[in-house]
Parts: sequence; C-alpha cells; structure tokens
Amino acid sequence: MNPDEFVLSMLVNNESGVLTRVSGLFARRGFNIDSLSVGVTQDPKLSRITISASGDDYIKNQILRQLEKLHDVKIVEIMPNNGTVLRELVLIKLNIAHKDRAGLMEAVAVFRAKVVDFTNDSVTLEITGERSKCDAFVEYLRPFGIAELCRTGLTAISRGSKTLKYK
Amino acid sequence: MNISGAGTVIRVLIEEGVNTVFGYPGGAVLDIYDELYKHSEQINHITTCHEQGAAHAADAYARVSGKVGVVIATSGPGATNLVTGIANAYLDSTPLVAITGNVSCSSIGKDSFQEVDITGVTMPITKHNFIVKDVTRLADTLREAFAIARKGRPGPVLVDIPKDIQKSFCAYQPKKPQRPTYRNENGKEDFAKAVKLIKACKRPFIYAGGGTLVSGASQKLLALAEKIDAPIGSSMMGLTAVRHDHPRFLGMTGMHGKYAAIQSMARADLIIAVGTRFSDRATGNKTEFIRGKKVIHIDIDPSEISKNIPAFVSLIGDVKVVLSELVEELPAIQRESWAAELDAIRNSPDSRLKMPENSLNPETAIRAINKKADPQTVVCTDVGQHQMWVAQYYNFSRPRGFVTSGGLGTMGFGMGAAMGACLADNGRKTLLFTSDGSFHMNMNEMATAVSHQLPIIIVMMNNNALGMVRQWQTLFFGKRYAHTSLGRKTDYVKLADAFGLKGCRVSSLPELEPAIEQAFAAKGPFLLELIIDQDDKVLPMIPPDGTVSDIILEV
Ligand SMILES: Cc1ncc(C[n+]2csc(CCOP(=O)(O)OP(=O)(O)O)c2C)c(N)n1
Repeated sequence: MNPDEFVLSMLVNNESGVLTRVSGLFARRGFNIDSLSVGVTQDPKLSRITISASGDDYIKNQILRQLEKLHDVKIVEIMPNNGTVLRELVLIKLNIAHKDRAGLMEAVAVFRAKVVDFTNDSVTLEITGERSKCDAFVEYLRPFGIAELCRTGLTAISRGSKTLKYK
Repeated sequence: MNISGAGTVIRVLIEEGVNTVFGYPGGAVLDIYDELYKHSEQINHITTCHEQGAAHAADAYARVSGKVGVVIATSGPGATNLVTGIANAYLDSTPLVAITGNVSCSSIGKDSFQEVDITGVTMPITKHNFIVKDVTRLADTLREAFAIARKGRPGPVLVDIPKDIQKSFCAYQPKKPQRPTYRNENGKEDFAKAVKLIKACKRPFIYAGGGTLVSGASQKLLALAEKIDAPIGSSMMGLTAVRHDHPRFLGMTGMHGKYAAIQSMARADLIIAVGTRFSDRATGNKTEFIRGKKVIHIDIDPSEISKNIPAFVSLIGDVKVVLSELVEELPAIQRESWAAELDAIRNSPDSRLKMPENSLNPETAIRAINKKADPQTVVCTDVGQHQMWVAQYYNFSRPRGFVTSGGLGTMGFGMGAAMGACLADNGRKTLLFTSDGSFHMNMNEMATAVSHQLPIIIVMMNNNALGMVRQWQTLFFGKRYAHTSLGRKTDYVKLADAFGLKGCRVSSLPELEPAIEQAFAAKGPFLLELIIDQDDKVLPMIPPDGTVSDIILEV
C-alpha cells in the first residue's frame, strides 16, 4: 500500500440506507473511496463495512470523526498496517480458445489462483490475496485479453484475538 | 390500550414536553391533524402560509426556548418545502424534529401521487433521519429523534411516517423523555496542557460561538475571562453570550465584526475557542488567521477540532462542564500590558466608525428602536446588510435574544423566525429586521402573524436593492450592478393593510420617533418601513479570504 492509503473497518446497523449514509458522507466531504466491501456479521443486526481510502492525517482524522457522528455507525477504526489481514477476491474471465492458453495454467499455479469455470472458448479464474498480489496477477493476464474483471474490494480483519467491538 | 400511529405521534410530543408545533396539513398527514384537532388543548398548532415559514418558526422557537422545535408537513411538496428550513437548522445546530407524512408503505417506490424520498433528500442536512415502516417502532423512533436532536451538538432530525403507519394500531407505553447529562471526559493531562499554554501566553483572546449559548455557559465564560484577564469576542452565532456592555466584551469578530474585536483577535497569541467552528466568514484567510497564534479548542463535537483551524490543545465536551473544570485548574493571572494594548485598540479612531447622527440611516434607526425596546426583547433578522447592521449596532442583553441565519445565510428566514421566537417568548413584543429582498421571499407569513395577532414589529429597511450583493458589486465587480437594483413597485404599507396589519413608511429622521411609538403601541404585528440609501455600506469589512490588514474601513 502506498503511504497515503489506509483501511477503515466499521460496524454499522444492518438497515437499509446505511451504505448510502456512509458513502454519501465521503462524497459530500470530498473524500475518496478506493474500494468498499460490506456484509452482515455474526450478529445479524450489524454489518461490517471495510473501506480503503487515501489521504493525509488531516483527511484520516476528519473521516474518522465525521463517520463517528453517523447515528448508524457503531464503531469505526483505522486498521493498523501491521497486524491486519487484508484480502481481496478477484474474478477474471478470459475469452480465449484452448490453443491460446499456454502459460496461463502455469500462472494460475504460481499465483495460487483457481480455475472456477472452464469452457471451449472461455476460462474464469479466481484469486484471493492482498491487493499487490491480485494486481500482479491481473497485470500478468492482461496480454491474454481480459474479457471481464470483478474485484470485491478489500476486506480486513485483525490478527490475533483482537476484534472490532463497540460499547 | 391500542392506539393509532397518529395518536402515538401526539402522545410522544406531549411526553416530550411539546406544547407548540408549526406546520401545514395535507393528504399524507390527515390522521396526524385529526389527532391535533382532538388534542388542541395540549398542543398549539400554528398553520403558516408555506412550510418553509413553519420550519424557520420551529427553528427560531428552539433557539429562543432551548427546547426542541417541531414542524409537521405532508408528503411530497410539503416535505420538500421544509428543506431550506432543515438545512438552516443543520448549519446553525438547532434542535428540530421534522415530522413528514408519506404515501402508504405499499405505494412507496412507485412514484405515487405526492411521493418523495424525503429521507434521501434530507440525508446530508439532518443529524439523522428515519422512515418508520412498522407502527410498533413508531413511539421509540420519535423518542430517539428527540434525543438525537437534543444531544451533544444539537441538530435537525426528520421522521417520515407513511400514511398506513399513522392508521395502524398498537399498544402504547408512556416513557420519560431522555435528557442528556454531561460529565467531563477530558483527562488531567489535557487540562494541564491548556493551563500551561494559558500561563505561557501573553495575549489571550476568548472566542465564543453558538455552543456557548446552547450549553448556557455565559457565566463560566466570564469566570474564565476574569481569572486569566482576557477579553472576549464572539462569532455572530455567539453574539448574545455576553452582555453588550460587559467591560470584557469586545463584540463580534469576522468579516463584518467590530474593529476592536477583529484587531484584538489578530494581535492575540492564544485563542481559546469555545463552542465555535471557525467558519470562513469568521476567519477570513485561514493560514494568515492562525499565524503566530495557538488555539485551545473547546467543543462538544470532536469533528470540529482542527477541521478548519488546527488546535494546539483540545478539550471535548459540553463547554459549560469543560469551562468549569478549566477555571478550577487555572491560577489567577494579571496581564497589564495586554490590557493596556486592548485599551489602545478600543480607543483608536478606527474603533469609532459611525454613520451620520442627523440622518435616517441603518445606525440611527437601529439605535432608536433599540432604545425603545425592552432589553429582554428578542431580535430576529433576515439575511443581508441589515442583518450585519443589527449584529453591529444592536445592544444585546439577553442570551439567545438574537435569532439570525448564520451558517446557511437564508434570505426569507426572518418572518417565520420572528413568529417562532415570539411564541417561544410567550407572545411578547418581538423585533424583526428585514429588507426588501429578503422580505419579498416569505412576506406571505404576515398573514399568519395577523391570524395569531403576534406582536412582531417588522422593521423593513428598504434600500430598494439586494444591498449586500450590491456592496460586493461596488467593491469587487467595478460597480456593475447585475440584477441587484430591484426597482419593485410594491407599496408595503398598502400591502400590510391588505394582510390586516398596520404599517407606516418613514423616509426621514424626524418621522422616525413617532413611527416607533406607533409600532410599539400596536397590539398585533406592525410593519415599519424605513427608506434608506442604496449605497450605505456594512463596515468594517474584511474581504472574503482576506486578512486583518485588508480591512476596509471606508469606501
Ligand atoms: C435564499 C437566498 N438567496 C440568495 C442569497 C444571496 N444573498 C445574500 S445577501 C443578498 C441580498 C439581500 O438583500 P436584502 O434582503 O434586501 O437585504 P439588504 O442586503 O439590502 O439589507 C442576497 C441576494 C441568500 N443569502 N439567500
């Protein structure tokens, strides 16, 4: 990650409109979202949102303080660079014939990606990992001609027993 | 006992101590209005001419009373007409609960008649908003709306209630309203840092904002000033925190502040900011504003710390609580040379900017009205030059006694605001200063003021121009007066007569006194039109993004 990037994790009420409140706040205060992922937690009343964003200390601080004011945001934290597991999942479709697939399977093995769909005229691959690994894989595949690319955005969890909890 | 959603709304309002609401009926709130009809002895509903007027009235009612203001509107256009009023309350941190009706749940999302996604529309201008789709959640949602509106930094909350929810029944359990209580949550070290800065500085300046009034911290503010021998200035929102004639008070700072306040603030090496957000109108150029100074920022909203101006030390919390602790921690300090310097600034010729005493002009008019009014009289304004003149020349003696649109600068705020302020002040005489531009926006509300015989003196300073914009065109646009010379042919006295109130026009100084007598003697609303010059200026002026050295003292 470049030094300006950071990853925010938050627990929010699992209700309609909450994602709009969070993303709307970024938009109207002029903060950029690089990626966003969201899903329900073990407690069905709460969702967890992971946002990767970038900015200096001023922006970081403002994002945190402004998010904390949203009624639906229960807790928000910046995930530390060390001690956080960061993952992203990427699905890539290549519409290429068998004969043109030389080298592809080798890359799948080296990057520890997975083939999730395989037909005569297309291959769909899945890779999970840190962003840099996903980026490298995508770059490697570019010359083959990528027909479709879907990235989930980063999600993050602390190493060890630490969890995101609110009072 | 099972009661309807509409009945629940009224019961929660009564529970929360609401006895006055503002609003406008319509199809999607018929059930709520039916309940208001049944409970008219407990809740006084003021029907305005336009929902915007109702929203401003509720906002001003909250500012003067310290209670949560309540406004009710129907779905669609009723709800969208509230938008400016809600934004106004948001930017000035006023506690407001807006209740809107909406189409039935099954019709939502189908572009039904008068359907608007008002929670979507108001998301960026409310502290929070709700749409209630389950009647069993209605009472608690409304209670939460009041709690959010009041708590911490106050603000507006909207509750959208679809029609079928108003008609559904469920059990109702009365509950006690939640009143926020505040404790100090700053550590000893935080106070120690602040104390160290205050001891080390040579020229402290206490800068009070609207938060001082919200928290009722005027006494603590003065205690701090006495203890550390510092002057006090205020933002426009903080203007009534200290009596105008208190020897420590220098007046309003900022773009159109008092010369002494602006200069002293610029000379200061430490600013103790209390419940204020350093708006650009208050600071001018932020880099220059902060040069050679440190800031101790006291505020209940942590997101304000270092948002606009970097704080050296911050103390988070209710400002009254924080100030009490801080005063305890501080030793008494004397600062003779700073006091001498302040005296010199106060006595400098530039501090004595005056308009001529022998003509009818904004200053002579405001001072004459001020002299006649009771010191407790609440003063409201619209937006423009007249607003700044009132901020500069009126001598305020009562905390919360000045009601003006600060953050949003909403022309048209005044008429609704004056009605809300008057009702919050138990129907006492209330002053509204406005001007032809702003007045034309919501003057329909004269009808409401007449219906309720509200004793509002509408002082309409007619300069036949959008004066404030004209002033900028004079100063910064080579006198190219694009669309600011209104040239309206409105006869305001006849207009007042048509609406059912008395009015008179004053075009010279000798006519002023008798007209003021007449205005104050009126039982209901009164329109006092004062003819003033198009080119009277609000001075001093620090140009936008300017500094104290750019100050304009004459044109
Ligand atoms: C709703 C709205 N529209 C436009 C403006 C921009 N504006 C600021 S001051 C001003 C002129 C106000 O004119 P008037 O009410 O006559 O007051 P004066 O400055 O003449 O005292 C205008 C147009 C505004 N503040 N609010």
